[in-house]
Amino acid sequence: MLRIDNLRVPGLPALSFEVPAQECLAVEGPSGSGKTRLLRAIADLDPAEGYVTLEGVERREVPAPEWRRRVRYASAEPAWWARTAREHLAAAPKLDRLLSALGLDPALLDRPIAELSTGERQRLGLIRAVADEPRVLLLDEPTSALDPQAAALAEELIRFQMLAGRMVVLVSHDAQRVARLAHARLLLAGAARPGTAQSVAA
Amino acid sequence: MSAIDLSLLDLGLAALLLVVNGAISLAFGLRLETSLAVAAVRMVVQLAAVGLVLKFVFAQSSPLWTLAIAVVMVAVAGWEVSQRQERRFAGRWWSYGLGNATLLLAGGLATLYAVVLVIGPEPWYAPRYVLPILGMVLGSTLTSVSLALQTLTEGAERERAAIEARLALGATRLEAFSDVLRRAMRMAVTPLVNQMSVAGIVTLPGMMTGQIVAGADPAEAAKYQIMIMLVLTGAAGLGALAAALGGALMLSDGRHRLRLDRLAFDRQGSR
Repeated sequence: MLRIDNLRVPGLPALSFEVPAQECLAVEGPSGSGKTRLLRAIADLDPAEGYVTLEGVERREVPAPEWRRRVRYASAEPAWWARTAREHLAAAPKLDRLLSALGLDPALLDRPIAELSTGERQRLGLIRAVADEPRVLLLDEPTSALDPQAAALAEELIRFQMLAGRMVVLVSHDAQRVARLAHARLLLAGAARPGTAQSVAA
Repeated sequence: MSAIDLSLLDLGLAALLLVVNGAISLAFGLRLETSLAVAAVRMVVQLAAVGLVLKFVFAQSSPLWTLAIAVVMVAVAGWEVSQRQERRFAGRWWSYGLGNATLLLAGGLATLYAVVLVIGPEPWYAPRYVLPILGMVLGSTLTSVSLALQTLTEGAERERAAIEARLALGATRLEAFSDVLRRAMRMAVTPLVNQMSVAGIVTLPGMMTGQIVAGADPAEAAKYQIMIMLVLTGAAGLGALAAALGGALMLSDGRHRLRLDRLAFDRQGSR
């Protein structure tokens, strides 16, 4: 269970909600309403007052790097620091399985990142985010650059992550995908309205 | 053998060259004559003052006076480091403090090492040795530290996404900064490497020139210059390391977050 308790992200109303294991919370709202800021605050990448608790442990009780290994933020445009994807994924177990799950050729791992397409980079970014099996996935537009086929595979991967017991917080502009994946949704209106998670009829 | 003392007349003769410059400026409408004159007067006043101050301090040969001058030198050098940054740490005292701490650490250690262990004058704080060497070390370390901080802050801004990606994947702040840190340190030490490679071929370094003119044996002067180059390089490496590490820690926080909000772009462009 991921518990957000009175989290005060700058520019957003104080937020409280829960994401149980195996479930997905969709965060929705217009551009600039603070979806990314919320995800970053949960990963403790930006300072925010309030409490974020994962399985009974508040984020300040563990060193920040350890927290982010458990609570993983994945940006819409993954950034890379080495030349090839393999250098970023060296320690990842089950790499082959993840690659084939997203329809990627393993040869891509050794090509220079700069030569890959946006969609390939986004899928490799998703693999990098899930490879070391974090407990929580904070996915910021994980399928924005993917064609329908690749996006469907990515959706399958996310669903599989939930089945494996992970919690997912998803930001996506694809209403149908959200409807298929999300168990609850959180609407960020951009105004100072109190935000609370509303259950959606499945 | 010692140097020929220069009389005021000799200096006046040298100043004629400046008059030539002024004439060229007037003739070609360069409008440099005022700044030339101001700069020349500043130079004369500053150097004369330094000469007098050093003469006084050398005569005292007191550890307190030596320390006082050294503190002033470090303070001015630290100020210069913070002035040279395009991006300053928000709150200019941080910037100033980092520059000063780094120069004090690297410059102070290198100078003490050179004077006390290598040269070994009697007494060990002899201002005739400590102050000129500290001056050279600070002048050179100042450049290294500025380069390290400049490269670090630029790199952190340009590679913000990569740094944050590493943090998000569970890297510590120093791991996330490692590439930028490495580049900052390389940039800072490279000028010294170049300087060592061409020393004596392309350039005859200032200290050696001075000693030769003052009547020293060129072979002895070369030995001093070799020692100085080694000390300067050591100080540059130490200064670059301290500045880059300190800068990286200031651009992040205890929760291993990238804090570029602590960086203020200097828009007034004070230089």
